[in-house]
Amino acid sequence: MSNTDFVLAIEDLTVSFDGFKAVDNLTMYIDKNELRVVIGPNGAGKTTVLDLICGKTKSTNGSIKFMNKELTKLSEHEIVREGVGRKFQTPSIYENLSVYQNLEVSYPKGRSVWGSLFFKHTAEVKEQVLKIAEEIMLTSFLDMEAALLSHGQKQWLEIGMLLMQDPQLLMLDEPVAGMSAKERDQTAELLNKISNNRSVLVIEHDMEFVKKIAHKVTVLHQGKILAEGPMDQVQEDEKVIEVYLGH
Amino acid sequence: MNASLSKLVGGKDGLVGLAVLAAIIFIVLPLGVDIFRLNLVGKYLTYAFVAVSLVLLWGNGGILSLGQGIFFGLGGYGMAMFMKLEASDPITTKIQTTPGIPDFMDWNQITSLPWFWEPFKSLPLTILIILTIPALFAYLIGFAMFKRRVGGVYFAIITQAIALILSILIVGQQGFTGGVNGITDLKTVWGWDTRNDSAKYILYYLNGFLLFGAILLSKYVLNSKFGMLLLAMRDKEERVRFSGYDVSNFKIFIFCLAAMISAVGGAMFTLQVGFMSPSFVGIVPSIEMVIFCAVGGRASLIGAVYGTLFVNFGKTFFSESYPELWLFIMGGLFIAVVMFFPDGLAGVWAKYSHKLNFFKKKSSLTTATAVIDSTKNETVKKTVNEIDVTNIEGVKA
Repeated sequence: MSNTDFVLAIEDLTVSFDGFKAVDNLTMYIDKNELRVVIGPNGAGKTTVLDLICGKTKSTNGSIKFMNKELTKLSEHEIVREGVGRKFQTPSIYENLSVYQNLEVSYPKGRSVWGSLFFKHTAEVKEQVLKIAEEIMLTSFLDMEAALLSHGQKQWLEIGMLLMQDPQLLMLDEPVAGMSAKERDQTAELLNKISNNRSVLVIEHDMEFVKKIAHKVTVLHQGKILAEGPMDQVQEDEKVIEVYLGH
Repeated sequence: MNASLSKLVGGKDGLVGLAVLAAIIFIVLPLGVDIFRLNLVGKYLTYAFVAVSLVLLWGNGGILSLGQGIFFGLGGYGMAMFMKLEASDPITTKIQTTPGIPDFMDWNQITSLPWFWEPFKSLPLTILIILTIPALFAYLIGFAMFKRRVGGVYFAIITQAIALILSILIVGQQGFTGGVNGITDLKTVWGWDTRNDSAKYILYYLNGFLLFGAILLSKYVLNSKFGMLLLAMRDKEERVRFSGYDVSNFKIFIFCLAAMISAVGGAMFTLQVGFMSPSFVGIVPSIEMVIFCAVGGRASLIGAVYGTLFVNFGKTFFSESYPELWLFIMGGLFIAVVMFFPDGLAGVWAKYSHKLNFFKKKSSLTTATAVIDSTKNETVKKTVNEIDVTNIEGVKA
């Protein structure tokens, strides 16, 4: 496979669990600064695709290239260090640390054992924490124990923890699940802001929310791409209506 | 006190905690009890090294090792091997078939010193071995398990199995290890008799200083970003991994550090007690040490020391008065801690001292109200409010 201008180039990706192909010959490209949403019915393989990209699941076949670097052979932390960040479906934050500490611990320096032992809490780190905290609307909660945040705020905090690493590709698994209408709007705004200088890949069920953020939508069904394109076009698609939207 | 030092001891509260413990260990106990009892305390404090190591590993890292006796034992045996060789000079052992080797080897028809005993002829080499071999062994175990993402209960069971295997190996290889009796009749270090009272005092203080060294080192680690990552890993390991950290390396490191600290405790045990045996290596001592840590409070370094002392004083008291009851009390204590005081003595203290603060705050409020009632004057009220605020802040700080 030759080099491309895409941030993420997935080609012929297959993963099979005991013969069941959760992702089947998938080919998909994501542009620089693009915000892509992946939709599809339950069991379509959406989360599996994210698992494959971030190395949580190893592929059976095919290639995932991030800025022309093959990811399928790298381990999870190496993929993160290349510049891929991933948010989990359920908010995954360190409940017994403060919001500030949650962000600070995600700062991409002092990532080795010795580095972390001699890590200095410099002004630069503090500045970055405060900047991100403002972006995710948690400035006034910095000293609060993360366990005490609301569900929506926890989701934002996890996004903030990823932003601390300034990834070139940010992957979010159902970021607005369990959020109030107002929080959804704020999240949409946040994602639109974030995707100004990086690519974002979002899995989402909430169609209203998808309309607000998506540049382009990919519909997955049984591990394969059913349709791909702008939201309006995908919504009109006969096959998509039948397997997904029509229900 | 400069900022980094203040951070190291954990601020004002941390300093007070350390100072109180230092006063108890270095002043109150040596003045308050005779040398026989003090030597016993010294022995308990060698277990405290292991309890402190478990605070790092289990309390903060969430990795429960039921095999810390392995490392305590390796450290202890290292020191015992050195002292045994010094006690087995050709003149003292001239009645043996092969003079110059430890007596138990002679009893087992071994005619020359095994190769792995050779380094223990030198004290510097022995110290080096005590500091490195247990850590290296921990590295091998840690590498094999953490790289494969073995954790939780499985890790606990495997460490327990290794402790059992090691104690069986020591018992079985009587000719090389002294078998079930262990290595006994230890007398001197570089000709210095460790058995008289003045030596016991010196060793007690040396032990105390090393224990404080271990606590301060642990505090440094826990206050660094490493310590924060330990807590993060205990909570959400996947999140740490997907934030770009190689989680297994962090676990291996903390396991090695815990092993090293435990080994120093083991070596100090041999020096103070004068022998080492497989009964300090196997499953029972390993689990006892986890209980010391749990009773003290598994997240508190200083709590672990108090927990060790508390349980061992209890053990000594009860096994002197009601020997058959002790095991039941110990079991009951562990159940009680798990059910009612999950944070151990340190947790109880935190709760209690918090209440003290509450009373202080409440009393200052009552005085303030009294003043307001008596004067009904706006300006005074304002001043009182200000005083009150500073009071509360003082209490908080």
